[in-house]
Amino acid sequence: MGWDWNYAIAILPEMLGALRVTIEITLLGSLVALVLGLVIAVVRRARIPVVDQLLWAFVEFVRSTPLLVQVFFLFFVLPRFGIVLGAFAVGVIALGVHYATYTSEVYRAGIDAVPRGQWEAAAALSLPQSRVWTGVILPQAVPRVLPALGNYVISMFKEVPLLLGIGVVEVVNKAKELSSETFRPIEPYTIAGLLFLALSLPASILVRRLERRRAAV
Amino acid sequence: MQPSEPMIVFEGVEKRFGDHVVLSDLDMTVAPGEHVTLIGPSGSGKTTILRLLMCLEKVDAGTIRVGGRYLTHMEKNGGLVPADERYSREVRKRIGMVFQQFNLFPNMTVRRNLTEAPTRVLGLSKDEANARAEELLDLVGLGDKIDAHPTQLSGGQQQRVAIARALAMRPDVLLLDEVTSALDPELVAGVLSLLQDIGKSTDITILCVTHEMGFAQDFSHRVMMFDGGRIIEDAPPEELFGAPRHERTRTFLQAVSG
Repeated sequence: MGWDWNYAIAILPEMLGALRVTIEITLLGSLVALVLGLVIAVVRRARIPVVDQLLWAFVEFVRSTPLLVQVFFLFFVLPRFGIVLGAFAVGVIALGVHYATYTSEVYRAGIDAVPRGQWEAAAALSLPQSRVWTGVILPQAVPRVLPALGNYVISMFKEVPLLLGIGVVEVVNKAKELSSETFRPIEPYTIAGLLFLALSLPASILVRRLERRRAAV
Repeated sequence: MQPSEPMIVFEGVEKRFGDHVVLSDLDMTVAPGEHVTLIGPSGSGKTTILRLLMCLEKVDAGTIRVGGRYLTHMEKNGGLVPADERYSREVRKRIGMVFQQFNLFPNMTVRRNLTEAPTRVLGLSKDEANARAEELLDLVGLGDKIDAHPTQLSGGQQQRVAIARALAMRPDVLLLDEVTSALDPELVAGVLSLLQDIGKSTDITILCVTHEMGFAQDFSHRVMMFDGGRIIEDAPPEELFGAPRHERTRTFLQAVSG
């Protein structure tokens, strides 16, 4: 059972279509993760009693349970409570929220790295709190952590295949479908792996370059 | 504010960090336009005074008034309650501070460092804020650095910009917290002479913590010697430096003059 070029080329369009779904989920999930993580980090910094403990518990809970369980919970359990979400939406929300708990820690580290004097100077100028964040703290904190955030986006991309468990037709699920139709697993799974590699590798190189540039500043 | 009213009043102020009493039952009054220098060994509470005025710390007891308004408390239903953040910010607008470590915003140009608060806090138009920034940068001798980033400037230049940034808010009170301590020795004199000029050409009330005794002597109307959270001597500079009455002041002055 050798490599069949004709078959490989024939399934490529379908594989690319599935890659598109994978990329869409990654991008939308990243948006959720990057925005929600930032909100969690900023709100936690305010150390509001009860809110802070609740957020802490939420973050620890999400980080300590497998993503797949969260995916299954959203997809199979929530409908019991009348909340029905499509597989694509569950994928975006589950990945986004799961990774938001990680990105919130990354943001926190970035925020903590801004010298205390910056907060004090902003306070001494009576800048309103919203402006202290958007004008002074975040513009210094976020660029520092961009490489770490980039790495999480790459991780999310590689975690999308978990969603085959709820029937999302992403790259690996497509490969599985094709190989069960034709009983030829080599080409679909090889192409699936290569597609991930083709995107992850340049992205990793980009992140590393970003890291080096940050280190040089 | 009545013309005769003091600019800054501390009444029975106490500040503790855990068990450590930094300021105890402190009373202090500063007149409008007065230049007061706070000296004393480190940990004697002088920087805490500035930080309390800037609301970077909260009093544990007592009250602080600035320009006739409570800074630490606000009046509510005829009584005094601890001030909230919004109220403090309102009173604090009249106070500017220059820090030992400059604390310029590195993500902004010099221009934006100077225009940010005047536009956002005082509501100046962009043109007004720019004009003010240019004027102040000329005053501190850095007119040509307006579009530079803080990281491109020397320490002395950064501190000049920081002084201009504080002045851009047109404060009634200026707090100087060891503003030359982080500078290379050859840059100290320039910054000090700039402060002398500002002291002479404005009527801003200035509270200054410094180890530069020569500067304190020339610059201040009054010098307060702190030790263990109390003012142990409070006198015009010629008296305090010329004929210190307190033994602790004498030993401190001897120690710093090496």
